[in-house]
Amino acid sequence: MEFIAQHPVLVVSLGKIIVLLFVLMTALAYLTWFERKVVAHIQSRWGPYYVGPHGLLQPLADGVKFLFKEDVTPPTADRFVYVLAPLLALSLAMTAIALIPFGPPDVRLLGQPVFVVSNVDIGLLFLFAITSIGVYGVALAGWSSNSKYALLGGLRSSAQMISYEVSLTLSVVGVLLLAGTLNFNGIIEGQRGYWWHVLPRWHVFPQLIGFCCYITSAFAETNRVPFDLPEAETELVAGFHTEYSSFKFAMFFMAEYANMITVSCLATILFFGGWLSPFPTEWTWQLYLPGAVLVAIGIYSAFDTVAQMRGIKRLQMSVVTLLALGLGSLCLVPLVAVKIQGPFWFLSKVFLFLFFYVWLRGTLPRFRYDQLMAFGWKLLLPVSLVNLAATAAWLAWSWVRHA
Amino acid sequence: MAGLELGEARMNIPLIVFFACALLAVAGAVTLILVREPIYSALALIVVMVAIAILYLLLGSEFIAAVQIIVYGGAIMVLFVFVIMLLNAGAEERTSYSKLATYVGLPLAFFLLLEIAHWLARARVPAAGGPPAEGVSSRALATQLFRQYLFPFEATSILILVAVLGALVLARKSE
Amino acid sequence: MSAIPITWYLVLSAALFGLGVVAFVFKRNVITIFMSIELMLNAVNLAFVAFARAHNQLDGLVFVFFVIVVAAAEAAVGLAIIIMLAQNRETLNIERLNLLKF
Repeated sequence: MEFIAQHPVLVVSLGKIIVLLFVLMTALAYLTWFERKVVAHIQSRWGPYYVGPHGLLQPLADGVKFLFKEDVTPPTADRFVYVLAPLLALSLAMTAIALIPFGPPDVRLLGQPVFVVSNVDIGLLFLFAITSIGVYGVALAGWSSNSKYALLGGLRSSAQMISYEVSLTLSVVGVLLLAGTLNFNGIIEGQRGYWWHVLPRWHVFPQLIGFCCYITSAFAETNRVPFDLPEAETELVAGFHTEYSSFKFAMFFMAEYANMITVSCLATILFFGGWLSPFPTEWTWQLYLPGAVLVAIGIYSAFDTVAQMRGIKRLQMSVVTLLALGLGSLCLVPLVAVKIQGPFWFLSKVFLFLFFYVWLRGTLPRFRYDQLMAFGWKLLLPVSLVNLAATAAWLAWSWVRHA
Repeated sequence: MAGLELGEARMNIPLIVFFACALLAVAGAVTLILVREPIYSALALIVVMVAIAILYLLLGSEFIAAVQIIVYGGAIMVLFVFVIMLLNAGAEERTSYSKLATYVGLPLAFFLLLEIAHWLARARVPAAGGPPAEGVSSRALATQLFRQYLFPFEATSILILVAVLGALVLARKSE
Repeated sequence: MSAIPITWYLVLSAALFGLGVVAFVFKRNVITIFMSIELMLNAVNLAFVAFARAHNQLDGLVFVFFVIVVAAAEAAVGLAIIIMLAQNRETLNIERLNLLKF
């Protein structure tokens, strides 16, 4: 126990990393379930249904499938790079999540902030650095497979990623001008307060054009619909991961979803106030909101267990019910409710963004490749630059006016 | 940074990081020379650049470390990797090196390195080289860049424009 | 306070520069030679940042910034030239790209 008292930084950091990895892997798995369910309902069908109640055990079945499937390696592939590419993609995608603050820094355990793994002063810049190295995973995967579809898909996909990286970075600079710091907690703190007592000072309102540019570039950066030509099944077989099977393919899959989560977290932090609540702090009833939501989910699943499930699904669903009710009542305890406010709002906003991602997947057709590149270079980049210039001009004018 | 509470051992962690990154950088450079496929040389160079970025962090300049990774590691080396893939640059053929370079050049280079090391060891450079307490803030660097070095900054942006136009013209297919 | 002498950074920078020169002289692929130039530039950048830290000035860091930017521009143009060279002469071996040799 003295070890814990003498090295609080080390112990708390290790604990945070383990918890974050566990939560991230579970979130990735259930994001696939969520996507399949939502896209299915948009297309008037039910999606995963048999494996577990409401298909909730489908990710488990998929995981087992990926582990036991035969690992086919093309004989003329470059072995070292072929194995390196998915490792690189997945590890970089997961490293980016370490920079994200899930809650306010004043909630502490043994003196260390609990809700952020590493609070770097130039956090935003480091996040962009990690995403720009992520291009290698795609490019090397396409090249090392030694197949023309994979090479073409890899080159197209990585060219798309580096093109939209420019407008991604530029659309965020407007927010940086308003916030004055690259630190994530600093950017969120700058969004406290209200305009006219009712509108929260989130950066999305003054920077609406920047937000639209950001969200479009983010869709292109993560290779999602409507920008997913390089990996669409009807176009280039499967793009850069054509020749990958079983676990390596699963790694690419997980890397893509982890990138989605990172980009959604970034949008929340930069434009939507991060872990800040949209309601004023005087409304104390919002302390019980997380608990209320969880208890509501628990009550719904209780009805489901009793009314609709039979057999083993009834047992599984009752586990879900108990979990939801237990967590909900834990969050209703005032001591916990105060601390859980930050992560609750952050995760809700990220969840809304992920829902938006999946919604667009079920709705929009995809761009052709030349349309995609023309859109990025000829429309998004000039619009981001104009947004940056306008924000800088407005800021300079307001400084001169107040000088 | 980690090790804040490990009193005596605080002296060792930056040292360990320095040696690890120095070893990584030199190993990457040696790999660049020794392998025969250009794609492996490119990957080795990326490793060198990341190692140097970590050394920049040790020297306290976070901004330059991030710029190194974004620009060098994420843009320039991606260009190199693209060109190697597009041109399908294969392994180098085995031809004999020039005798002059091997028997005279390499020993001379080795002695040059010894001489440089000798003079460096005798130089009176301030010894404080550990990671600084707070590091260089981006704000200070940006102030310097936009006030004292404004003219080179604008000149560099024109240079980049010229380079982009040049690359466009060169890469266009001749009619 | 730990003390890594600046001299060690300079020795590392010199070693990397020397390795870059060796790669420049001994390799035969044009792209690899170009990469060795980038290695030499990186070694020089390391020396600049080490000196900026030793003298507690920001000018070294500003210079490193400019070197990185100019290296990016140079890589773009150089690689465009290499692509044209490869298309016209069908080879990337500098021992065969010797039309201007005396």
